[in-house]
Amino acid sequence: MLDVKNLHVEIEGTQILKGIDLSVKPGEVHAIMGPNGSGKSTLAQVISGRDTYDVTGGEITYLGKDMLDMEPDERAREGLFMAFQYPVEIPGVTNSYFLKTGLNEIRKHQGLEPLDAMDFLKHIKEKAKILDISTDMLNRSVNEGFSGGEKKRNEILQMAVLEPKLAIMDETDSGLDIDALRIVSDGVNRLRTKDRAIIVVTHYQRLLNYIVPDYVHILLNGKIVKSGDKNLAIELEEKGYDQIRAEYSDVKAKLEETV
Amino acid sequence: MALAIKENNQLYLSNFETFEKNLNGEAGSWCHDVRRDALRKFDELGFPTTRNEEWKYTNVASIAKENFKHIIQPDFDLVSTNDILRYDYNGLAVHLLVFIDGHFSGKHSSVRDLPDGVKIGSLAEALRADAAAVKQHLTKYARYDDDAFTALNTAFINDGAYIYLSDNALIEKPIHLLFLASGKSEPFVSYPRNLFIAGKHSKATIIETYTGIKNNRYFTNAVTEVFVDENAHIEHHKVQEESSEAYHVSTIQTYQMANSNFVSNAIDFGGLIVRNNPRATLDAEGVESTLNGLYLGTGSQLIDNHTTIDHAKPHCNSHELYKGVLDGSARGVFNGKIFVRLDAQKTDAKQTNQALLLSDGASIDTKPQLEIFADDVKCTHGATIGQLDEEALFYLQTRGIQRDMARDILTYAFASDVIDRIKIKELRDYCHQRVLVKLQQDRLEGIDKE
Repeated sequence: MLDVKNLHVEIEGTQILKGIDLSVKPGEVHAIMGPNGSGKSTLAQVISGRDTYDVTGGEITYLGKDMLDMEPDERAREGLFMAFQYPVEIPGVTNSYFLKTGLNEIRKHQGLEPLDAMDFLKHIKEKAKILDISTDMLNRSVNEGFSGGEKKRNEILQMAVLEPKLAIMDETDSGLDIDALRIVSDGVNRLRTKDRAIIVVTHYQRLLNYIVPDYVHILLNGKIVKSGDKNLAIELEEKGYDQIRAEYSDVKAKLEETV
Repeated sequence: MALAIKENNQLYLSNFETFEKNLNGEAGSWCHDVRRDALRKFDELGFPTTRNEEWKYTNVASIAKENFKHIIQPDFDLVSTNDILRYDYNGLAVHLLVFIDGHFSGKHSSVRDLPDGVKIGSLAEALRADAAAVKQHLTKYARYDDDAFTALNTAFINDGAYIYLSDNALIEKPIHLLFLASGKSEPFVSYPRNLFIAGKHSKATIIETYTGIKNNRYFTNAVTEVFVDENAHIEHHKVQEESSEAYHVSTIQTYQMANSNFVSNAIDFGGLIVRNNPRATLDAEGVESTLNGLYLGTGSQLIDNHTTIDHAKPHCNSHELYKGVLDGSARGVFNGKIFVRLDAQKTDAKQTNQALLLSDGASIDTKPQLEIFADDVKCTHGATIGQLDEEALFYLQTRGIQRDMARDILTYAFASDVIDRIKIKELRDYCHQRVLVKLQQDRLEGIDKE
């Protein structure tokens, strides 16, 4: 479904990603873990089409198409979704209008009839019920004055409504207390299907107690240094990033010696 | 460069002579003395140049140099019922007064079942029929000694809307004043002069609409005087949709007495060069005054709002929110003057101006101008100029919304803030719709140019 090959990314001349390889298949949940500054959010942003980054090498293929050629909205219409680390406040635009517009753009692209206000409301209420999220926030301006927890719940509600094929959760756990974390991760779990792939980007292993991944990748200094199953996250929790970093620099040092 | 342009003064002087001959014996009245005085003043002032501080960013040379014809005998047949119906504001029930090229057209108007104590009609008629009240207020508030356009309007006072509310008069239905410019091909000028007198404890909603039925060149030079007596409440809305070749200069001078409330929402869509001077004088205690505005400029439009709020007495509140959206090579000007006189303790004045620039060619000059002589007052002002938020655009795009549409949504949300303050649902819906249409037009025009 998603194939990232040897991806190199810069921002203002500084190299952030230094050759990422990642392959995600339908139904899989991948966790990308890394410390601050490792490039994990950059990876999420580049996949969703943020143009402040320069892709200097490599490729991203999504459903057989060259993703780097697509605008962010085209990617979304093809079934990509990103839950933002910092959801944006948009005063004056109601959540329901925002979501209905997005959903209908996606439906149009799929050759489906756009939903009218009534059908949309029905659709969104169904989804909110599955997620156990209140629909109070629908008539408020997008994220305006929302608490951190509300913002993240709103992201999950959007994900449920837009029914993506591939969802990227960019540090969805950041700034959440334990209750909010549970609601958000329960939501994600309820949206796990055999066709839907999910990439969870996180700093902490904590989230992975709730959303259990099939694969874990550790990102350090712009490269995936280690991949494994869910046990890798536990190992990381025990050792901490420093030890992994030390192991990795040993490897690097040895490599450099042999050269 | 000179401070004034006077090369066309002769045209206005001779227009005045013709105008005078058509006044049918009214030439000896008090009003005519004022007209003559105003004409002298205009002759002395001439049209301002950009060396005049008040006109620094707005060059009216093209108005000063054009040979506008003054229409003394309007042809009402140039306007069809459909032209009027375009402004029925979603079927809103109103008392309607229609003015064509500045003259009242009885056959297009409809005023029925007025409550007691309310008079609605043409100023031309009121100058005869309601002479005492008119004399007491007309030309008493809108100063013309330092403003060439007001002087010119005053020199040519003849017709416009007259609204009189006696003490305690309440009128439910909004009063709609529709000023239409006919499609005449040679450039012409009209001088609508409106007078609203709101007695004590009276209440009314007034809508002024200025528009043209064709894309022709003309000049609307309008002055409205509003007297708001004690405890009276006036809601005022102005929709300016002049033709894209038209010039529009308007002054609304409000004079407020104790505990009165005046709220104005002015929306500018049209015109090539537009200058609005909303001015409120708060000359008694306990006054509330609100001046809001939204302007949408595209192409090479220039829209200039010069607001003035004069706090003359203590314990008054004023509120101003002006928002502008500028695209293409459109220019905006906002100058917000607030005077707080020595006497005006406990004044609370708030002013906000926000402009959104959608293109590299668009620009805005904005200047708050606070002159405060009292020492126990609260005055706040804020001006922001910005572009659309890239983060917000990206966020909308990641939800499947195309960039153009995302831009429209964000622009619309920015503009809606002012429109949402219009209490009449039908008019509010009309303005919302009009913003959307204008945004889409811009984009289509933008695509054409690329």
